[in-house]
Amino acid sequence: MFETSELNVHNQRVQRLYRTLFLMMTLLLILPVLLILGTLVVKGGSVISIDFLFTSPTDGMTAGGLFPALFGTVWLVAVALLISVPLGIAAAIYLSEYAGENWFTRIINLAIINLAGVPSIVHALFGVGAFVLFFKFGTSILAASLTLAIMTLPVVIVATRESLTAVPHAFREACWNMGATRWQTIRRVVLPNAVSGILTGVILEVSRTAGETAPIMFTGAVFFTPFLPQSVFDQTMAMSLHLFVVSTQVPGVPEDLPYGVALVLIAMVLIMNSVSIAFRMYLRGKKKW
Amino acid sequence: MVAVQNAAGAPAGVADDAPVKLEVRDLTIRYGSDAALSNVSLAIREHEIFGIIGPANAGKTSFLKTLNRMDMFNSNMRVNGDILFNGLDIRRLKNVYALRSRIGVVFPLPVGLPMTIYDNVALSPRLSGMKNKADLDIIVERCLTRAALWDEVKDRLTSLGSLLSGGQQQRLTIARALSQEPEVLMLDEFSIAVDPVTTMRIEDVLKELKQEMTIILVTNLVQQARRLASRTAFFLNGECVEIGETEDLFTGEVKDPRTRDYVEGRFG
Repeated sequence: MFETSELNVHNQRVQRLYRTLFLMMTLLLILPVLLILGTLVVKGGSVISIDFLFTSPTDGMTAGGLFPALFGTVWLVAVALLISVPLGIAAAIYLSEYAGENWFTRIINLAIINLAGVPSIVHALFGVGAFVLFFKFGTSILAASLTLAIMTLPVVIVATRESLTAVPHAFREACWNMGATRWQTIRRVVLPNAVSGILTGVILEVSRTAGETAPIMFTGAVFFTPFLPQSVFDQTMAMSLHLFVVSTQVPGVPEDLPYGVALVLIAMVLIMNSVSIAFRMYLRGKKKW
Repeated sequence: MVAVQNAAGAPAGVADDAPVKLEVRDLTIRYGSDAALSNVSLAIREHEIFGIIGPANAGKTSFLKTLNRMDMFNSNMRVNGDILFNGLDIRRLKNVYALRSRIGVVFPLPVGLPMTIYDNVALSPRLSGMKNKADLDIIVERCLTRAALWDEVKDRLTSLGSLLSGGQQQRLTIARALSQEPEVLMLDEFSIAVDPVTTMRIEDVLKELKQEMTIILVTNLVQQARRLASRTAFFLNGECVEIGETEDLFTGEVKDPRTRDYVEGRFG
């Protein structure tokens, strides 16, 4: 009764074909990542050293390290996060936990989607107009970080809102039924169970911010400065702009130097992402319902 | 079994002159323009188990939601009529949080909150500002014991409440409701996701609890109402068809033939 018919054979052959096809497509995805990493390691690996990471560029940027740029990127990302994370989480909590479904929230949602779709160079020009000129912060870490913060705000809001809505509604109802206020419910039940997702979103956010170039090049990042920034009102060098500069703007840079800079930048991003993924896996293992 | 049953095995009635705990007058509930419940008037007395039976879409859950003002969270829900809790009109109440904390609610599907068993039961006292560990310990042990769960979980109070089995979670939900020290306990088809043995254990718990509180038992198991409720209302398609002594509903002394048909399983 289990004889194999011709149709069975055909079906199984087609099934194998599609399986292989999908596998190939998946492998194709990994290829660019491997190629980029491979090229960077092969061509730029030779310049990586402790000195490269912790000294300033010398000889008109054609030698030396990238410490001021690394330091500056950390500053820019940190200040941007300090602004966008509290703002974004607060907005997401309002939208997800308090706001009803009406024209007001629909307009806000539309604004968030549009904000996410604005090209980064437009954000840069907005940053110049608003923060550098109107608020008179000048070209400074503050102006650049504010620009980055506004640009990344939609990501924080969307990631937070998704983590909040992933907490089952029944938990809230149970809490409200006990006489808890909305805030008590958020603080004791919703946030503790959403915090993992929010943190993961924030870390992914960091890696995106670290790589952005356009929004900072007119607002706070500079070509070269021998000084490390002392406050948020100073200008600074940054990894992404430094890469652009040593690749295209300065004559006589040895070929492996830009690759080395790119390698450090991508290593930064990859480490952040790995932490984020590891964190997510750890929390998924502790799934609470 | 407990001693509050009379010779016939049916739940003892509450004296007719017992004070009224909850009174509803001309209650109408609408979702948009659709009426979920129309012109319901009834009174629930202190220390009785008041049963509400009826098929799906009868308006039973909507009825419970209005009693502790949970209708506030549904902007589509319109409520008309008077609801008196201890004689006070709760529709005009400002402090709805105080009202809700006096009414414990148990849902059809158990809701173990994703925190430890201990924290589940300590949540309500903590919400009302209790911080003393020793006091909380006492409440947690007492409520879990009364919900017939203590023996099963006393050695693992720090494990997650949301990972207990369905029947255990439902008893955890009851323990959590008891931690509010409620005056009224509302149960909405609590046995849907619970095995028969656990159901019987919870029923025994309810029989004891009625000495201390008023219980509203919504159920689609007519025999459960018969076992527990002293008086029962029959809801059908948004209408309160009949209210009476539970036993009368089963012995055929009904005012409306639809009640007899439902109770005898001819529809619904």
